[in-house]
Amino acid sequence: MTVNPSGWRPEAPTNDIDAAPATFTGNKALMLEEALLFEIGSIDRTGVDLPEPPKVASRLNGLERNRTIGLPGLSEPEAVRHYTRLSRQNYGIDLGFFPLGSCTMKHNPRLNEKMARLPGFADLHPLTPVDGTQGALALIHLVGEWLKTLTGMPGIAMSPKAGAHGELCGLLAIRAAHEATGDARTTILVPESAHGTNPATAAFAGYAVESIPATAEGRVDLDALKAKLGTHVAGVMITNPNTCGLFERDMIEIADAIHAVGAYLYCDGANFNAIVGSVRPGDLGVDAMHINLHKTFSTPHGGGGPGSGPVVFSEALAPFAPLPFVEQHGDAFVLVEEETVAEEHHEKAFGRMVAFHGQMGMFVRAAAYMMSHGADGLRQVSEDAVLSANYILRSLEDVLDAPFGASGPCMHEALFSDDGMAPGFSTLDIAKGLIDEGFHPMTMYFPLVVHGAMLIEPTETESKAALDQFIGALRSVAERAKAGDPALKAAPIHAPRRRLDETAAARKPVLVYKDPPLATAAE
Amino acid sequence: MRYLPLQPEDRQAMLGVIGASSVDDLFVDVPAAARLDGPIRDLPMHQSEQAVERQLTALARKNQAASDQPFFLGAGAYRHHVPASVDHIIQRGEFLTSYTPYQPEIAQGTLQALFEFQTQVARLFGCDVANASMYDGSTACWEAIVMARRITKRGKAILSGGLHPHYVSVCTTMARFTGDVLETSLPSLEGSAEKEMAKLIAAVDGETSCVVVQNPGILGRIADLSELAAACHAKGALLVAVVTEPVSLGLIRSPGEMGADIVVGEGQSIGVGLNFGGPYVGLFACADKHVRQMPGRLAGETVDAAGQRGFVLTLSTREQHIRREKATSNICTNSGLCALAFTVHMTLLGEKGLRDLATLNHALAVEAVEVLTKVPGVELCSDSFFNEFILKLPKEARPVVRDMAEKGVLGGVSLGRLYPGVEALEKGLVVAVTETTTRDDVQALAAALEEALA
Repeated sequence: MTVNPSGWRPEAPTNDIDAAPATFTGNKALMLEEALLFEIGSIDRTGVDLPEPPKVASRLNGLERNRTIGLPGLSEPEAVRHYTRLSRQNYGIDLGFFPLGSCTMKHNPRLNEKMARLPGFADLHPLTPVDGTQGALALIHLVGEWLKTLTGMPGIAMSPKAGAHGELCGLLAIRAAHEATGDARTTILVPESAHGTNPATAAFAGYAVESIPATAEGRVDLDALKAKLGTHVAGVMITNPNTCGLFERDMIEIADAIHAVGAYLYCDGANFNAIVGSVRPGDLGVDAMHINLHKTFSTPHGGGGPGSGPVVFSEALAPFAPLPFVEQHGDAFVLVEEETVAEEHHEKAFGRMVAFHGQMGMFVRAAAYMMSHGADGLRQVSEDAVLSANYILRSLEDVLDAPFGASGPCMHEALFSDDGMAPGFSTLDIAKGLIDEGFHPMTMYFPLVVHGAMLIEPTETESKAALDQFIGALRSVAERAKAGDPALKAAPIHAPRRRLDETAAARKPVLVYKDPPLATAAE
Repeated sequence: MRYLPLQPEDRQAMLGVIGASSVDDLFVDVPAAARLDGPIRDLPMHQSEQAVERQLTALARKNQAASDQPFFLGAGAYRHHVPASVDHIIQRGEFLTSYTPYQPEIAQGTLQALFEFQTQVARLFGCDVANASMYDGSTACWEAIVMARRITKRGKAILSGGLHPHYVSVCTTMARFTGDVLETSLPSLEGSAEKEMAKLIAAVDGETSCVVVQNPGILGRIADLSELAAACHAKGALLVAVVTEPVSLGLIRSPGEMGADIVVGEGQSIGVGLNFGGPYVGLFACADKHVRQMPGRLAGETVDAAGQRGFVLTLSTREQHIRREKATSNICTNSGLCALAFTVHMTLLGEKGLRDLATLNHALAVEAVEVLTKVPGVELCSDSFFNEFILKLPKEARPVVRDMAEKGVLGGVSLGRLYPGVEALEKGLVVAVTETTTRDDVQALAAALEEALA
């Protein structure tokens, strides 16, 4: 037993948090309030030291700034504290379970971060003469080869900046392929359960979008798809495994039907984590698929990016992949850009999607991840991801409605609906209740084909103990929602903020800080 | 395997709950022909952290990092000193391993930082509002053209010859598929900012949705955009300004101040680093009245149920997850962590630091011009410039750049690389000078140039 020299003895608290007096600062011990930069900084304060510039005659064409910009600064200790305090109001994978369906929030290995910061990668200019970039080009080539092998597809475009950008890349390759044969097609078919980026991308690429219904068991309605197919259809975008968490078991037949009318099969690869190392999309008849390196290959999401969305292509589409790309010629690596297109026999390349060569920093991280796992580890990744999702599905289907629970095993995501909640209680309340339990909520209200959808993606990087704790918490919150516990409507009560008024935010948008009028500021 | 917590006994217990005898039962919907029977052949098996580190470090060593030698590359990506605390902050797990802030009660850190980012970008660009970032400058540029099309309901954009050729290439690639008409032209070593403005003013007409102009331009020149803005507005067109070197705005009047309606840019210079071209961070700002036509995410201020100020993602009815094919853009993931790096660096600079940094960049560039134009046969083609200028060499620049690189000086970007096959530009060398450039570096470049030209 430890000695307590102060003589103080703990007592059970007698009052709850709400009854506690407000603190002078508004802080609650480790939960620290932090003002905006614009309220604490000033334009003459700085956290950098710079040498005195030499005196020269300005060459700015007389366009010097003559007004203040309004950019407050902070000294380094103030800046570090400001952003550290802000960071503590955020939930991240490092803190706990983050089962956001469709987003694959897996552990982000720190080796990846270390490797991406090696000066040879991080401090390398994109227009360095290619002889001085052989290691970087080798790395891009290496990641491309891994992705081609893992998907069983022969072509690749590495430059797309994120998943939706990869979708765009795939659709533009499809358009270029049709145009090359003088075949002007107008339409892309998209299942109604698709990610919003699919129809948005098709429209951004200049296509009309038509929707394909789902069957009662949550899969693409093959007959309805066949009825919509025709020579006006350029391609079909299928997510497999789909957003209901199910494998499209008719995928090969779907591909055959699409190819029979001269259209292409685009696969949304957002859910590749369910099948990596276990199934190759190339064996299913896919013509193009983007891969979110920030999902399957563990590059960090960083609060909304940066992502990276390389696209793999079938034989038919590979020649249309955009610039630039890396090729191995003997021991050397060549960067094929605009000027070398013709001589390298890539004249079908549809153009360029980004300045420079893509998300190098993400390629390095993905390479570290792939090499660490190897072929055996990646297979284990998909198996454990699928196992964990099924474990959640079967552990909770007695308390939550699983609309496709009878459709067979799920893949890496478990889908529930809000059926059976007390009147006035919905998915939102369950999500906010989970926040108080210390979890990041699941994806809410997506896919749209299920009422009050809750899409739970555990990933392979959670222990059984973590899964069990989540299952217990979700069971408890679901039971409260079914019983109509009014306290749940107030959740979260332990987060840095209570429920935020999103309607007010949209009605009268305040998107930048406005300095208070001078009279007020002087007070 | 170090990243996989499940143990064999866990897997057995979980299979028991599921009622499956093996994990194969869970893949039963996969066509038998497509299910692999074991780890993919042709790929190596798993490796230790040390083994991976060894291989990747060996690859990194095969590259000529900027800090390895005198370095003068720019043309849309700039080497600046990034304070150590920037990388420390963005590596905090709460920022690094968080997602898009869909649950605002536990994402106030990201949301407030984005609100600060939006305010900093809007003020820097001289615009009312900015979004929470795009992928990079080039894709932001195309999105601005699409936005101008939506606002003006016109399909023709005029791109200045001073626009970065990769940006032009991205836009022409997209326009080929969307049916937008783009008028493009090449820059000229003999031209000037004023001549370019006059050309654009003459070109804008009643069918023009927007004029896109980069400032400073790819040849380094700095233009007064005011007259061009007025000419655009007189014809019902918008002026889109592109900034690839945001540090320049510490000294130069902002495009918004000069009348630009949409200002986009590449934020890499502030906080992000070179990264061989990515990830970078696209900046996007505009006037209040156009905000509902803007692409990308927006953080906005609101209050919570207890009346406390907080931030949320807002105006999402513009976005793909709500509007699907009617969205303003297909963008979903943006460049959040790079936006955070930008904001932390900008906060460390503050207005004073940014002005001082810009002044230092410009002064060192002016000094470098004086030294480099003394090399026989070398002349300056940028009548005005910030920290980047064009030298015209007496011969093709591309082999000169290669020559110098072999001798340990990364002396600039040849226009031949950026404009392959354009003879009129092949003698041009883009030279960038920043606060990281020393006087010794400049002397080394002068010597290397002289030797390569001899």
